[in-house]
Amino acid sequence: MPNHLYRLTANEVAHGIKNREFSAQEYISQILERIEKVDNKINAFIVVDKQGAMEKARSIDKRLHEGDYVGDLVGVAVGIKDNICIKELKTTCASKILEGYIPPYDASVIKRLKEKDAIVVGKLNLDEFAMGSTTEFSKYGPTRNPWNLDYVAGGSSGGSAASVAASECAVSLGSDTGGSIRCPSSFCSVVGLKPTYGCISRSGLISYSNSLEQIGPLGKTVLDVVMVMNAIAGIDENDQTTRPMTPTLPSEDIPTSNRLSKYTANQNKRNIDIGLVKELIEGADPVVSKCIYSAVDLFESSDCKCEETSMKSIQYALASYYTIATAEASSNLARYDNIRYGFDYNPEGYEWNTYFSNVRNNFGDEVKRRIIIGSYVLSAGYYGKYYLKAHMARERIRQEIKSLFEKFDVLIGPTMPILPFKIGEKLDDPLKMYQIDIDTVIANLAGIPAISIPIGFSNSLPVGLQIMADEMCEQTLFDVASFFEKIVDIRRSADI
Amino acid sequence: MVEAKIGLEIHCQLTGLQSKLFCPCKSDYRGEVPNTTVCPICLGLPGTLPLLNQRAVAFASMISLALGCKVQERVMFYRKNYFYLDLPKNFQITQYNAYGITSIGAEGKVELGTRSIRIRRVQLEEDPGRLIYENADVNSSFYTLIDYNRAGVALVEIVTEPDFDNPRDVRIFLNKVTSTIEHLGVCDTRLDGSLRCDVNVSLKGGKKVEIKNINSFRDVEKALGYEIARQKTMSIREIEVKSETRHWDDARKITIQSRSKEEEQDYRYFPEPDIPTIILGDQFISSLRAKMPELPDERKNRFLKDYTLSDHVAKVLIDNKELADFFESTIRLYPSSPNEIANWIISDLLGLVDDSRKEESSLLSGLGIKPKHIAELVKMIDQNKINRNIAKSILSQIARTGEMPSYVIDNMNASIIDSESKIAEAIDSIFKLEISAVRDAKHNPNATNFLLGKVMQMTGGRADPKITLNLIKARLAIMQ
Repeated sequence: MPNHLYRLTANEVAHGIKNREFSAQEYISQILERIEKVDNKINAFIVVDKQGAMEKARSIDKRLHEGDYVGDLVGVAVGIKDNICIKELKTTCASKILEGYIPPYDASVIKRLKEKDAIVVGKLNLDEFAMGSTTEFSKYGPTRNPWNLDYVAGGSSGGSAASVAASECAVSLGSDTGGSIRCPSSFCSVVGLKPTYGCISRSGLISYSNSLEQIGPLGKTVLDVVMVMNAIAGIDENDQTTRPMTPTLPSEDIPTSNRLSKYTANQNKRNIDIGLVKELIEGADPVVSKCIYSAVDLFESSDCKCEETSMKSIQYALASYYTIATAEASSNLARYDNIRYGFDYNPEGYEWNTYFSNVRNNFGDEVKRRIIIGSYVLSAGYYGKYYLKAHMARERIRQEIKSLFEKFDVLIGPTMPILPFKIGEKLDDPLKMYQIDIDTVIANLAGIPAISIPIGFSNSLPVGLQIMADEMCEQTLFDVASFFEKIVDIRRSADI
Repeated sequence: MVEAKIGLEIHCQLTGLQSKLFCPCKSDYRGEVPNTTVCPICLGLPGTLPLLNQRAVAFASMISLALGCKVQERVMFYRKNYFYLDLPKNFQITQYNAYGITSIGAEGKVELGTRSIRIRRVQLEEDPGRLIYENADVNSSFYTLIDYNRAGVALVEIVTEPDFDNPRDVRIFLNKVTSTIEHLGVCDTRLDGSLRCDVNVSLKGGKKVEIKNINSFRDVEKALGYEIARQKTMSIREIEVKSETRHWDDARKITIQSRSKEEEQDYRYFPEPDIPTIILGDQFISSLRAKMPELPDERKNRFLKDYTLSDHVAKVLIDNKELADFFESTIRLYPSSPNEIANWIISDLLGLVDDSRKEESSLLSGLGIKPKHIAELVKMIDQNKINRNIAKSILSQIARTGEMPSYVIDNMNASIIDSESKIAEAIDSIFKLEISAVRDAKHNPNATNFLLGKVMQMTGGRADPKITLNLIKARLAIMQ
């Protein structure tokens, strides 16, 4: 039995268990030990479901022993961002408000992971209600960057990225509203995908901004991300905004037998037309853009065509994003009144309005800020000035991106304009914090898929490359990402 | 005469649906144990998404078409944000006419005799839960119970332009709308709370007052009458009428100022992101039209044409689908005299309905009378077997017993022997048997009664007692 099972990729775990090289129980106990050992430093987990994980591992081993069928993700330890509901497991959104909330149902993605025999090991830390870019706004304290514990892990899916980088689970699920999967993936040197809007069911994802957000996988390799996508993507009757998984190529080019073909990570695609988004590279810290340019060199030396291009509507992206996101958030978060569920707070002696405002005072500052901004931009007299304008800007961005994809297969740039920074460094300036989302919000506004892959380190801190493709063209992203992965080997497991 | 301007907001529950508007929960919550017909979606639990009921869209489209509305190509839902205990998400998913996006139906018109009422919009939305207060008065209640069984039930809101100028027209309009909804089969209007109406009323040049909480359509007319009188009195005394929301006090039959200050609320409407835009289009509309049942106006025209009813009679029948259906069921059994049947239904049958029942929309359920009864009764009249007076008394007996008219008539014939010769035969036999009593009867009236009793006994109580007594007395007189 290999010594460090916990370091294995999802693909290696599933093969190892299927081929009886080691048992699911051996693997999961190593994972649980690893969490026990390192998570006090990382703080990636809010809840570890030891008992549930061990039980599932036992049942898998039993089925394997009896020669029964097992799913594609058999035994793989998965961490779940704590804004995705798991039946009978506390789901807090890292908020005091949901401290005592136990969902009575599984999110659709959880059902699908369970069907594929993945093992959910626990719930992962995030910024409260996924509002933030560093995982510092959590009731459970900040998640630390496994590459340097003094640094932020990125956010809001900080726990999802850090847990994978620290080998506390093989893969994880995050959610991405404006970069919340890609930002921490970049900061922690892992692969993270924000899929096309409608590609993955949001049923069971606690809404922050419905029209922007998607659940997505994080892993050490492109293949791991692909495996999780194959398990969770596709139309779902519990989310009417989902779409069927469609092939990347125009349907007439695909033989009918391949219509339902899954994503792959083994294509060695050449002659890719890559658009280098000028505005994104110019806006980045020089140490970051240096890494991007060396990635560009690598692509070019491998027969890819890289061409600089411009996306003028980027100037509206942040304003549009924060207007729409906060507007939707202000409405989504209205339901937390502690009447039906929530936290322990006795209503005795309060009149309703007082009780209600006392309850809602338990949101963190960042959440309150966004509720207030969102209520403002929707209010009578300002709706046209802010909310409608934001939608017009969004439409313009969408159109410009559409026309860019007539020319390019993918668009690339840095995932984050800066390197990971120290915990606490940007906490006192919300606007500065919002600005670091500039590169990632575009994909959410346009509804297109985007992936962040590790491309190197600067000052021992990870740098990520963001690749964007046209909607429903996840396969193109995987092709380009796995192509890059094959030519350069970047570390994805932090020593800790 | 001061001119009044009245507009209506009607809420109609789509009780014809099996499930709620956005989840698979049972739509029929009436009589269920509180908080049992609920699921994570209608409870608004975190992470749940609304799943639009396609049949509700079809139902609302049918209502729109029936009210002469244009059914929109593209339909979207909006969120109406406000905090209230009965609202699980603290916003209501509804529709909104703004920014080029409209509700399912818009710009309709309903003909009301010589005038027409414009329909501003017909929209789909979710019903909130039900609050149950400890006491009737909210302020003196120590606790409030919430039942979410109703939360998420599909409602269609029908909003008219302020095209009414008197309460009577409002009542006529509401009758027509009720009948239309009944004919479409989308709502059982007899169910308590399935049809609700808010009104707004202003006098010429004055501010608009909204009246809520009017629980029955019959009270709408009364509430309007009261409110118009109140506003008139105020303007005579030169007191300014405030723009406000008032509640209808069902017990005292007056409108009162709302306790809660419903100031200009900012509902922060914005498009619901979780429900994709619905494209209805011409094909949907024409297939819907093809499937639509006969509407009241069409049915009335058919009644006029096929049965040569008078306009008034046809209208009374059509205004209440129950009566129109009763009429046609009767015609099917006995097609010969539609006018006679119609008259029996709208005058005699309705005359038997309790006044208390007239408040309810179900008129006939308490009576034992079915179409087969009326059909037979009218047939017997046509055949000159009975006259109308007898038929009336038969009808009132049927109402209690549910017996067939022929059976009732047979029984009546048997029970009353009014032929003198038949009674005289009975008296003959009794006089022969009771010789001593006959002798006594000459001076003892008690003995006369004894003889009467004996005759009655013999005829099984069927002899007419008055005739019998007279005959006995006459016979005794002859014997003296």
